[in-house]
Amino acid sequence: MFFKWLNKKKTRYPEFWIAYLDHFKTIDKKSINETRFVAFDTETTGFDTHKDRVLSIGAVAFTGKAIAVNHSLELYLNQDVFNPETVEIHELLKSNNLNKIEELEAIKIFLDYIKNATLIAHHAGFDRNMINAMLSRHGLGKLKNKFIDTGILYNRSKHIIYRDNLQTHYTLDDLCKELNVPKVDRHTASGDALITAVVFLKILSRLDKRKNLKWGYLLR
Amino acid sequence: MKNSIAERVGDFLQRYPPFNMIKSNDLLEIASEITIIYLEKGESIFKNTEPAHEYFYMVRDGAISLNYDNANVIEIMNIHDMGDVFGLQALIVKEPYKLTATANEESILYAIPISLFKSITDNNTKIQKYLITVFASNTHVPYTVEQTGEIFSDYISNTAQDIINFQTASYTKNPITCQVNSTLKDAALKMCAHKIGCIIVIDTNKKPLGIITNSDIKNKIATGLFSIETEVANIMSTPVITGKKGLTVADGQLQMIKNDIGHLCITRDGTINSKLIGVLTHHDVLATIGNSPAVILKDIKRANRTKKLRAARLKANNLLKSHLEQNIPLSHIVTIISQINDAVTVRVVELAIKKMPSPPPVTFSWLALGSQGRKEQLLYTDQDNALVFEDVPEKQYIETQAYFLELSRIITKTLNKIGFEYCEADMMASNLEWCKSLSEWQNQFKDWILKPDKKAVLLSSIFFDYDIKYGNQKLVDNLTDFIFNTLSETSLFYKFLGSDAIKSPSPVGFFKQFLVEQDGEQKELFNIKSRAIMPLVDAARLLVLSKQIRYVNNTAERFEKLAQLEPENKALYKSCAYAFKALSKFKTKQGLFNNNSGKFINLQTLTKEEKLKLRRCFKPINEIQEVLKIRFDLKNFI
Repeated sequence: MFFKWLNKKKTRYPEFWIAYLDHFKTIDKKSINETRFVAFDTETTGFDTHKDRVLSIGAVAFTGKAIAVNHSLELYLNQDVFNPETVEIHELLKSNNLNKIEELEAIKIFLDYIKNATLIAHHAGFDRNMINAMLSRHGLGKLKNKFIDTGILYNRSKHIIYRDNLQTHYTLDDLCKELNVPKVDRHTASGDALITAVVFLKILSRLDKRKNLKWGYLLR
Repeated sequence: MKNSIAERVGDFLQRYPPFNMIKSNDLLEIASEITIIYLEKGESIFKNTEPAHEYFYMVRDGAISLNYDNANVIEIMNIHDMGDVFGLQALIVKEPYKLTATANEESILYAIPISLFKSITDNNTKIQKYLITVFASNTHVPYTVEQTGEIFSDYISNTAQDIINFQTASYTKNPITCQVNSTLKDAALKMCAHKIGCIIVIDTNKKPLGIITNSDIKNKIATGLFSIETEVANIMSTPVITGKKGLTVADGQLQMIKNDIGHLCITRDGTINSKLIGVLTHHDVLATIGNSPAVILKDIKRANRTKKLRAARLKANNLLKSHLEQNIPLSHIVTIISQINDAVTVRVVELAIKKMPSPPPVTFSWLALGSQGRKEQLLYTDQDNALVFEDVPEKQYIETQAYFLELSRIITKTLNKIGFEYCEADMMASNLEWCKSLSEWQNQFKDWILKPDKKAVLLSSIFFDYDIKYGNQKLVDNLTDFIFNTLSETSLFYKFLGSDAIKSPSPVGFFKQFLVEQDGEQKELFNIKSRAIMPLVDAARLLVLSKQIRYVNNTAERFEKLAQLEPENKALYKSCAYAFKALSKFKTKQGLFNNNSGKFINLQTLTKEEKLKLRRCFKPINEIQEVLKIRFDLKNFI
């Protein structure tokens, strides 16, 4: 019964999506130190998941505490939707002479890059929704990866007695300031991805001091 | 594919050697192969004896300390911060590491793959030279420590360094001596024959009994007090002051200043009860140090005019400069400069009394307040002083006070001419309010202690650190007893002092932020006095008062004393004492450099190393303020 259901899917979905799903076949029980994490960020034309489009995806992958620069990902997408209002934030023009690729191609590369890694993003909900919207436009399912939101995780790293006074909303800039992370290349997808990765490692080391670090605590 | 991260990594590398000597194409290739590593505080990237990695490292953020651990003694060799490369052992000799690299604070590193780096830079002799120099300066050679410490050598305790900077005094061996029963004439002939100015009188066991100098002969023989045939025992100065064989120049000098002498006998065990082995003369000390506080003190004692006092005090500033350059421990410098300042004050008071039409009607004491009272005054600072005179019958009070006010006016004016600025808040003995009889002073302190308010707290920070500089010690003892008795009646006053001591928050946040800022827009001056030094001073005063500790005025000494009394907080108090010394030294250096009090520091003029070291001093401030909050229950007290 179970196999039949899988076979059915195989006939409907393209190769790369099947390959992506295959990564989730075995249940991952690695410790945090052995887990592959991918911190990523998207630059978009706006905040509406239906109307707006992803212009750029940046990601860095790491296991343990070392981030290899040559294993980072940086994609620029060709999109028909264009919103002049957000250009001043991400500085991505419609006709930059960047090497742009089509959305489907970007999905292929992105999925192959993340595999079954645990994903990290700042305000992860938004980035997840943007990617999921992109996937559904091409008739694909939703992301299957575990997600960690650095904004929420930061709150949890604070001692319980201070939690009452916490802001509900931390921008990435706030966290950079709080955690003393240098702001280099802010507002480019890969720059923000790297910052998010460093922010995550720093929060993790603070949580780690209280030892009882469990997966349930990290995931949103 | 475009890789912005690699570009930014390249941008960073390019700002620092050796990468600034690499072409930008090659640099990008290196940058894209770099691994970014995050280290928690205390985590090590490599350890002593560990085989060489395939990478060498550059600090992107934070600080990495390289430690040499040998037989359980861990010695900090160097601390690397942003832009420094380390771990070159692997690149140059491919041998196991000889040092352990540990994150001194949370850090981010760039790991640079050696094989790629080598293939790109193999033909570049300039780069190779640079790396070899860096490598050589980090290997463990005790004498390189000297150059790495600089300003904050006091803060990082390092025994090797003290030995280098604190050389053993080279004294005269086989000194000329005479037996205790020889005649003065024989002794004088011996001195002539050897062309020396002093001779040591010894007994049959070669123990030093006394000393005869040129001035003894002048004062006791030439004046006809004794005949030339008298025995040396009659005119020698005795007992002699002695020192041990390994005596440092600084210690020898201190002994001479303390005892007002020019010769120190060196004996086998350092006491007068063992064999004489040498003499350390004032000249020996001068020859080593080159600048002598004893000479300055002599100048001050002999000065009969303000002008001469000013010249002598100016010399002291040069002395200070050279001492700081020689890395002499701050506690020693402070002792010397305080002695000089005290001598100046005494001389000024003496001269002022002479200028008055009549001698003082009753006894009095001249008190130094604030930093001079705490013996922390290194550079010229404001004069804060007060005068307390003996109680007189009510009828004579106004008249007596008038006399002392006039005296104080002359004193403060002279001090001002010498270089000590008038106090802006007019906290000087020439002010009617701070020139009072003993009982009036007692009432004043009683008022402050029992009815504390903002003003009382502000004033107390200056008045509670008083130290007698001239006059009747009994008056001051009396006042001190009274203050401590009154303090034991109340605890409210401590709370006021406490809330004042914690009012300026720790500067850590400010600095952390400063280090993050990359565009360098932070152009404000940093007030090291109010933000870093005063919180420590205030905390020390409060703790010392609450423990009823008397006669320890210096902030560093106060913390040392507290460390003795409260073993459970020893580490914190010790680090406060260290931080205080380091910060004072920093302020003094800045002050000398800019020719002012050094109160404000232009952050932009600091090297990154100085900034890092400055910041390290801020940690104990934070911690001591927490201690105050709990001990004096200040959380709910405003």
